[in-house]
Amino acid sequence: MELLLNKEKQVVVVPKKTTRRKKIMRNWELYLFVLPCLLWFILFKYVPMYGIQLAFKQYIPTEGIWGSPWIGFQHFTRFFESYQFWTLIKNTLSLSLWAFIFTFPVPIIVALLLNQLTSERYKKFVQTVIYAPHFISTVVLVGILFVFLSPTSGIVNHLIVLFGGEPILFMARPEWFKPLYVISGLWQETGWATIIYLAALAGVSPALHEAAIMDGANKWQRIWHVDIPGIRPTIVILLILAIGNIMNIGFEKAYLMQTDLNKSASAIIPTYVYEIGLQRAQYSFAAAIGLFNSVINLIMLLLVNRIVRKLGGNSLW
Amino acid sequence: MTFDVVNYGLMTLYALMVLYPLYFISISSISDPNAVFAGEVWLWPKDITLEGYERIFSDTLIWVGYGNTILYAAVGTAISIMLTLTAAYPLSRPDFYGRNLIMLVFVFTMFFSGGLIPTYLLVKDLGMVDTIWAMVIPNAVGVWNIIIAKTFFETSIPGELREAAFIDGCSNTRFFFKIVLPLSKPIIAVMVLFHVVGHWNGFFDALIYLNDESKYPLQLILRNILVENQVSNSAAMMMDVESYAAKQRVAELIKYGMIIVSTFPLLILYPFLQRYFVKGVMIGSIKG
Repeated sequence: MELLLNKEKQVVVVPKKTTRRKKIMRNWELYLFVLPCLLWFILFKYVPMYGIQLAFKQYIPTEGIWGSPWIGFQHFTRFFESYQFWTLIKNTLSLSLWAFIFTFPVPIIVALLLNQLTSERYKKFVQTVIYAPHFISTVVLVGILFVFLSPTSGIVNHLIVLFGGEPILFMARPEWFKPLYVISGLWQETGWATIIYLAALAGVSPALHEAAIMDGANKWQRIWHVDIPGIRPTIVILLILAIGNIMNIGFEKAYLMQTDLNKSASAIIPTYVYEIGLQRAQYSFAAAIGLFNSVINLIMLLLVNRIVRKLGGNSLW
Repeated sequence: MTFDVVNYGLMTLYALMVLYPLYFISISSISDPNAVFAGEVWLWPKDITLEGYERIFSDTLIWVGYGNTILYAAVGTAISIMLTLTAAYPLSRPDFYGRNLIMLVFVFTMFFSGGLIPTYLLVKDLGMVDTIWAMVIPNAVGVWNIIIAKTFFETSIPGELREAAFIDGCSNTRFFFKIVLPLSKPIIAVMVLFHVVGHWNGFFDALIYLNDESKYPLQLILRNILVENQVSNSAAMMMDVESYAAKQRVAELIKYGMIIVSTFPLLILYPFLQRYFVKGVMIGSIKG
């Protein structure tokens, strides 16, 4: 212990600066607590990062990742020159872009409207209903798509025939893949995505609304001038995260919705990596494609974060 | 006023758009397959029959899938909760030296990862392929869950409580088990629910790590029936004795029933669990 003067010139007791060793020893149990999780991260997250070198090697199973010979950028050039390269890039980008254009703004609009419902009970009811699809599994969701869109027995085609149209083979048509992917995504996740905006809206000061009402603002004007500025920070953070994940579009749904007939539209990088890597066991080549995808993703995230920071918004870091 | 009318109308329409498909599946699953096939089922079930359900429940594979899913969910959730909470608690302590470094090690994996192939090869080298361990360990921890739990500990376990306990001679371990955990029931409930739902709905890990059909979880069996159109053994046996058109119709009926049977437990629990889910997301969104 030693005695010192603080800013207000009062004498205070300050413990001697503890050394690093002491700081660690005092809480030694906490390190044991973290240890299992830390080991898990090293084993299941960092060891695979080390395994990325596979992308620059010719994998020989008996030699393992470490012992396989280096071959440089051969897998990458093979991928860039393959006839599927542009199809895959185009499908991946356009699918994620379309999904993003719809799934990003719609929950914001729904949350703003939901927030304006005057009856608390009805609001709760609507929320309960629209969150529900989030808990339906991807397999079941795609299963629903298949049974609803079946050309012979599906309800959608019954409707089309009823109005004098011809049945459409939805799951076999490449041009229908994207719209179905986006619409089913909206149905499943819109409600759930509103939660975070509703939480942000609950934090908007009621005083601002009262002041706006005093100034004669109607509901539209209050949404525009009070609510939206109030949730802007939340929107920006989610925007960055969404764009940072733009190449990570769900493998699961795309893979399940893929049929031999819609492949020209549904083949995306993640499904291709699965097909090449795990079904055909070309590990090195698939690892190279996976790495290419991750790197583009990382670049996008850094880029968007920088743009947002320049524009004066609050960035991720 | 017009705003309110339009708004109520829109929200009601949205709620109906979500509900109707679920309702339609329910009534179709108990209607006569011929009526469903002909598009006669709209608002009410027609010629109610439980044939579809009888066939589903007589299928052993489906029961095996159910059992596997419950096993994976129980073991997997226990492992996940243990790893998550023991890591999140020290990280919530301001006097835990090195917390920022460890947090960085965790968070970095949110932005960059080794990818599918290196991870698969690792799991294979560890000898986990075709065992329960592949289903419960490689994806046991989520960074997001650690952040949620850490935020919870930071905001709901006051530092004064810890200091008081330590002055009385309480150790870190004792404090964690006797005081922190009993105070953390809400967050534990949220984590349990997230993990159970994750296991209930997951199929990707099973797809890549399991080859043995007797170890398949429910979702993978569902995929074979709903998406791949491979009706499983006992249903297929029925088919041999029936005409082609009839078997196609019954196959459709089985699909509606399967959707209900597999989703039912969650949809029944859902209204009771909803407030916990919402709370969980809220806790997580306090600080990103």
